[in-house]
Amino acid sequence: MIRPQDWLQAHPRGLYCVPGDFWIDPSGAVDRAVFTHGHADHARPGHGAVLATRETIAIAKARYGDRAGQSFQELAYGAVLDLGGVTLRLLPAGHVLGSAQVVLEHAGQRVVVSGDYKRRRDPTCPSFEVVPCDVFITEATFGLPVFRHPPADQEIARLLASVTTFPDRCHLVGVYSLGKCQRVIRLLREAGHDGPLYLHGAMEQLCGLYEAMGVGLGDLRPVIGTPKAELAGQIVLCPPGSLADRWSRRLPDPVTAAASGWMRVRARARQHGAELPLIISDHADWDELVQTLDEMRPGEVWVTHGREDALVHHATTVGIPARALRLVGREDGEDG
Amino acid sequence: MQRFAGLLDRLSTTQSRNTRIALIADYMRTTPDPDRGFALAALAGDLDLRTAKPALIRDLAATRTDPELFRLSYDYVGDLAETVALMWPVERPGNETPRLADVVGALGAAKRGAVAGLVERWLDRLDPTGRWALLKLITGGLRVGVSARLARTALAEIGTPDLAEIEEVWHALAPPYTELFAWLEDRGPKPDLQSALVFRPMMLAHPLEADDRTGFEPGDWRAEWKWDGIRVQLALRPGEARMFSRTGDDITGAFPDLADNVAGHAVLDGELLVMRPDGTGSFNDLQQRLNRKTVSARQLRELPVGIRLYDILLDGADDLRDLPFDARRARLEHWLAANPSSRLDLSALVPVTTLDDLDRLRTSPPHPAIEGLMLKRADSTYRAGRVKGLWYKWKRDPLTVDCVLMYAQRGHGKRSSLYSDFTFGVWRGAELVPVGKAYFGFTDAELAELDRFVRANTVDRFGPVRAVKPELVLEIACDGVQRSTRHKSGVAMRFPRISRIRTDKPAAEADVLETVERLIPE
Repeated sequence: MIRPQDWLQAHPRGLYCVPGDFWIDPSGAVDRAVFTHGHADHARPGHGAVLATRETIAIAKARYGDRAGQSFQELAYGAVLDLGGVTLRLLPAGHVLGSAQVVLEHAGQRVVVSGDYKRRRDPTCPSFEVVPCDVFITEATFGLPVFRHPPADQEIARLLASVTTFPDRCHLVGVYSLGKCQRVIRLLREAGHDGPLYLHGAMEQLCGLYEAMGVGLGDLRPVIGTPKAELAGQIVLCPPGSLADRWSRRLPDPVTAAASGWMRVRARARQHGAELPLIISDHADWDELVQTLDEMRPGEVWVTHGREDALVHHATTVGIPARALRLVGREDGEDG
Repeated sequence: MQRFAGLLDRLSTTQSRNTRIALIADYMRTTPDPDRGFALAALAGDLDLRTAKPALIRDLAATRTDPELFRLSYDYVGDLAETVALMWPVERPGNETPRLADVVGALGAAKRGAVAGLVERWLDRLDPTGRWALLKLITGGLRVGVSARLARTALAEIGTPDLAEIEEVWHALAPPYTELFAWLEDRGPKPDLQSALVFRPMMLAHPLEADDRTGFEPGDWRAEWKWDGIRVQLALRPGEARMFSRTGDDITGAFPDLADNVAGHAVLDGELLVMRPDGTGSFNDLQQRLNRKTVSARQLRELPVGIRLYDILLDGADDLRDLPFDARRARLEHWLAANPSSRLDLSALVPVTTLDDLDRLRTSPPHPAIEGLMLKRADSTYRAGRVKGLWYKWKRDPLTVDCVLMYAQRGHGKRSSLYSDFTFGVWRGAELVPVGKAYFGFTDAELAELDRFVRANTVDRFGPVRAVKPELVLEIACDGVQRSTRHKSGVAMRFPRISRIRTDKPAAEADVLETVERLIPE
């Protein structure tokens, strides 16, 4: 009898669907690729044909321009496509705008590829949908029981409290430019912070794209050209890598904050140079990973990337056969 | 407890010294007695709870978590308290969170067997930050980058008394320091110093750098040998003697042979050394007397200790610290003549002629237990701490050995994602034998380079330890080499540190064991 691993193969560079002749999130250039979402370690440039949600394609084009790929096919959430005897659907993954799980059916078997996902509410994208399946191929970025993210609004409240405590200083928040940035902005808006938010130049394009896709972000202003004195008491968003570079010297005595699931572990927070670590993640934490396995009850679990040992151990303990795929090129993404 | 946890949490990620001082001062101002006093003691390292060993926390974790998941988590986080705090399975923290003073009080009163139950109940009531702080507190390793001095500097922010005044009274006081806070807040008198034998902050030296040597006037300076023992302070009054380490720890109990054989009324500064009738012992000899609760009769006989006196701070009730060095030296000589002891002698003054002469003396000292020279300004008053320009230490150049990197282990805390603990060896025939372990001496960039080498050249793994291909040569600097029965090579280094990464040198040209053995002083 044909087994799932016979028609969906795990190679170091990604998952390859044999009858459909396509790759999912390949790490090198291929003829036919499916993107789960727009982060750079999943959507890479240089492929031939690309299939993804409308939002993910827009993000890839915005990031890579002409290098994004030769041809594009948009597929709406829930729409069904047949590719060489394999039916394919994209379902919301709750990770960032446009992020999708890939649901594949072939030979009476259903395989769900999660891409990156989370289970808690995100005001910038639709929530993860649970589908029963034979094989669940999951990420495990935060696949250790020490990663348990607190409620995001509680972390936003800590940021706003610090802004109140240090009214003469600027709060510089390191956020990944796709997803985390816009989610933090929306969370701040929901917490009642209606004033201007200032952006590092690298965030402007994707914020504009989110707005064009219907995610309102309010009053956003570029840092560049803003007098230093005006930034006192304000919140500035920048890429994580810019927290400690010379760029931040233009800011008035900044309190450096960083919003990421990695902030849960102190040593990691210190490595990021974050004085105010904010534990806000776009990935499932340990409890969400466990919850997802529990709800999906798949016949087996394959773990693509992250801290797979612990999740494999847990799945095995609760009676779900599990193995690690060890794909390359996806280590400790900054999008944590 | 949650307030204290919040303070520790902010401190653990705050680099700026001024911000740390402000955070601590703010906490001390706004937190009531006795919680703040216990917090202060915890920050300053003076809260000795003695009750919870890491094993207790491990055992508790074992009852509430999966062992494999615990192992993987601890390996990743690199810190026991933090691992348990984050993993601890709590449905919802209770609303009765314990106060810091309650925790300290309950642990102090608890019988040994009751501690685990207390800790478990507290863990169930605290949030992850509170759990982390609790576990850090009861295992005695806060490690939030706050020294006792920084904590006292913060105290100087909250009232009129300045840092020097606070340092002076500090060692006469004990947690929860209610009289100290009363004094700081103008609600009480300055705490009384005369009623106890207390530690006075010691004067420390800077290393002599090239810049310090310009314009050297021999007449302005006094020189002494820098003895390789333990710097101590001896406080005496009739019928009582106490000895303190440089950091103010009372170490009298481990040295009854000394305490029973000195008398007088003074506070003295000197070097604790093994002093046999036939001469001064090595640091290795002294080491056998350190960190012991009980001393055997044989050790007392074979390794008698004494103090080589450098300075005098108080003569009777007479505070000499504002006198210049020369005047104190005269008083010291006079005091010792009046209070002779078989366990005390005087540090000799080395004649100061030219820097070149001193350099020669420094590099070839007359005794193996000398590790260099001390240079002190003739007019230097006795100032607490490391004051620039008054006292210098000019150490013998370190010994260096070219070793081959053999094993690496991930660091803890800030370095938990980096391979930062390195074991290295030298050749014995065709075999490498380990001679030491170092985890400092390198720059951040060199650490990143070492980490890359380890990851790319791993040949075997033993738990958190990786064995690497024997290809990378490290120049190791150390302060000395001793015989050791603990190491397979039979030698051990003192203060080994990585001085250079010798990518230019093939591993086969690293040093051989015989070369290292020749560095052992006979």
